Amino acid sequence: MKLAFGPFGLLVRPRVILANGGLVLFGFAVMVLSLCLGTYSNLSANQVLGALFGYGPDDTTLLVRELRLPRALTAVLVGVAFGLAGAVFQAVTRNPLASPDLIGISAGAGTGAITAILFGGVTAAGAGSYGGVPFGALCGALATAAAIYFFAYRGGTITGYRFVLVGLAVQGALVALNRWMLAKADIDQASRAMVWLTGSLNGRDYTHVKWVGLGLLLLVPPVLLLGRAYQLMQFDEDTARGLGFRIGRSRMVLLILATCLAAVACASAGLIGFVALGAPQVARRLTGRAEVPLVASALTGAVLILAADLLGRTLFSPTELPVGIVTGAVGAPYLMWLLARTNRVGKGG
Amino acid sequence: MPYLPDVPATLKAGAAPAGAPSAVPPETDRPRRSARRNSAAVLALFGALTVAVFLSLAIGTKNVPLSDVFAAIGGSTDGDAIVVRELRMPRTALGLLVGIALGVAGAVAQEITRNPLGDPGIIGISAGGAFGVAAGIGLFGWTASYQYIWCALVMGALAGGLAYLVGGTGYGGATPAKLALAGAAVSALLEAFTSALVLLDVNTLDQYRSWAVGSLAGRDDDLAWQLAPFVVVGLGLALFLAGRLNALALGDDLASSLGTPVRSTRALGALAVILLTGAAVAAAGPITFVGLVIPHIIRSLTGPDARWLVPCSGLAGAALMLYADVIGRLVARPAELEVGVVTAFLGAPFLVALIKSGRLKERTK
Repeated sequence: MKLAFGPFGLLVRPRVILANGGLVLFGFAVMVLSLCLGTYSNLSANQVLGALFGYGPDDTTLLVRELRLPRALTAVLVGVAFGLAGAVFQAVTRNPLASPDLIGISAGAGTGAITAILFGGVTAAGAGSYGGVPFGALCGALATAAAIYFFAYRGGTITGYRFVLVGLAVQGALVALNRWMLAKADIDQASRAMVWLTGSLNGRDYTHVKWVGLGLLLLVPPVLLLGRAYQLMQFDEDTARGLGFRIGRSRMVLLILATCLAAVACASAGLIGFVALGAPQVARRLTGRAEVPLVASALTGAVLILAADLLGRTLFSPTELPVGIVTGAVGAPYLMWLLARTNRVGKGG
Repeated sequence: MPYLPDVPATLKAGAAPAGAPSAVPPETDRPRRSARRNSAAVLALFGALTVAVFLSLAIGTKNVPLSDVFAAIGGSTDGDAIVVRELRMPRTALGLLVGIALGVAGAVAQEITRNPLGDPGIIGISAGGAFGVAAGIGLFGWTASYQYIWCALVMGALAGGLAYLVGGTGYGGATPAKLALAGAAVSALLEAFTSALVLLDVNTLDQYRSWAVGSLAGRDDDLAWQLAPFVVVGLGLALFLAGRLNALALGDDLASSLGTPVRSTRALGALAVILLTGAAVAAAGPITFVGLVIPHIIRSLTGPDARWLVPCSGLAGAALMLYADVIGRLVARPAELEVGVVTAFLGAPFLVALIKSGRLKERTK
């Protein structure tokens, strides 16, 4: 559907709007639920609202404002970051498997984090002692990304194909290194590192919200500004060039932005698997478009992590499952169902 | 996403950015010349593999002189020969088997998914194997490797089958992209289960992590013989399919118009990958990186013809595996560095150097 007012035109796709609106509504509902439900006490929506606007009793205010809200906000922000990063990687490389958790970025974050855990003296249990870990993970991810860019850079640009291959090589080496470090480590530290590697939102407070929020504020606008380049890049390269697009530089900038998004997300919540891989693919099928949608991917990522964290907290309460387990256990079957359901040629690819 | 059939590089060169010299030589290989070059490659690989076998028999915590190695192969059991016969021969056989399996499986996986990310674990097999091991230890309390190795094999095969079913349902069958995505989804699911098992119980983590590094050490003597049937069948299947895989590389439409049974080729290819990778992962841990690197390296030697690529990848995989094992025994004496770490650190720089030199080029979409 096209709306036009004189020289200005706007392409309106009802299904895309519907999908995005649905995602926002669903995400909001899950957010409210995750503020309501929890180990200590289940609150009603009224109590939550009261606590949020400061006229409830002190204990619920503390519970909602200081414990549940920052955690839910971190979930949303991390989900947006993973979803966007995955969408950009997949679109720019034109490969549905090219997500940060498969081409080295997450593995680099893991190496940094394990190093921080093993040598940074993370001994006591509890989230507080993970102090150096996010920093280690961020450094690991960025250093890995720098190495990938360095090796993939050739003839003035980075092609998606070369980026993916170098990423894979780096991923292979780092995964082996991570497994080896885990196998040689003290078992206590290894199990602590495992929790972090799986990805968890336990004990995330406003520090995390602040840092991830800052990262997103810096990184998301440029990604959106490059939206047109992003859309063209999903066609065949020659088509994009034929339309008069200088594709090389936009591609490099987009890849760097996406890497930073993934690094920030990994640093704050651990290596939550599947979201960057699955969210763009789920979003594609929700919007019914051939290309990987940018906004819908971000929303799907946020909804996925929010819902997974809620399920992980409440399903086997008081035992809490790390969010990284639930994203895989819930998201993957959903993607499988979507894959099995699409029965038209080309929709799967 | 639209895909292009293989366009000769000479035609594509016009699309390269102006001023950038085309790194790709025109593909005008005359068949005879490439056959001669490829035969030389096969010979070189055979030579490297033979050297690797002897090194693997001779080198270890105690080095055995070559004369004793020959004596041991001849059937002698006295002196150092007993070390070679009892310890190193089974280990070398296992390394050969795992290397061949991973190399061939990687080549076939990249062809049937038409994806350079086609690690043999791509359709969920290594994640399935890992889950099998974690479940064997965590749920059933198995501790001996001969118990959970079969669990890994069965779970790996089931995971691969499930991914193929999910990717292959609906009209159009198992298109490469659907197959790859389904494999990634199955992997994500099983990895989540594995993490859950490993996080719930420290003992499971303790045993699982030593399997997950990937090693040839301390396996049962006759494990190689037990796994050999799977590898032989998988290898036979892969070699039988090699010609058809060439047609598949042109794209499904073109392949079927050339008379290639696309669906059955892809299904049988997946079966071969499942058999080969399942056996390798069960025996040596999730070291499927070998299967990712080797075909890329071999392709830059022999070109994309699968009839050369598949067997050569097997030879090269076995050689890499054995050299990595030998190096692992040497670098950390008297302890050992696990083969999974060594293969990754040998393979990754090599792959990066190949990419950097521009010898790897995008073939298909």
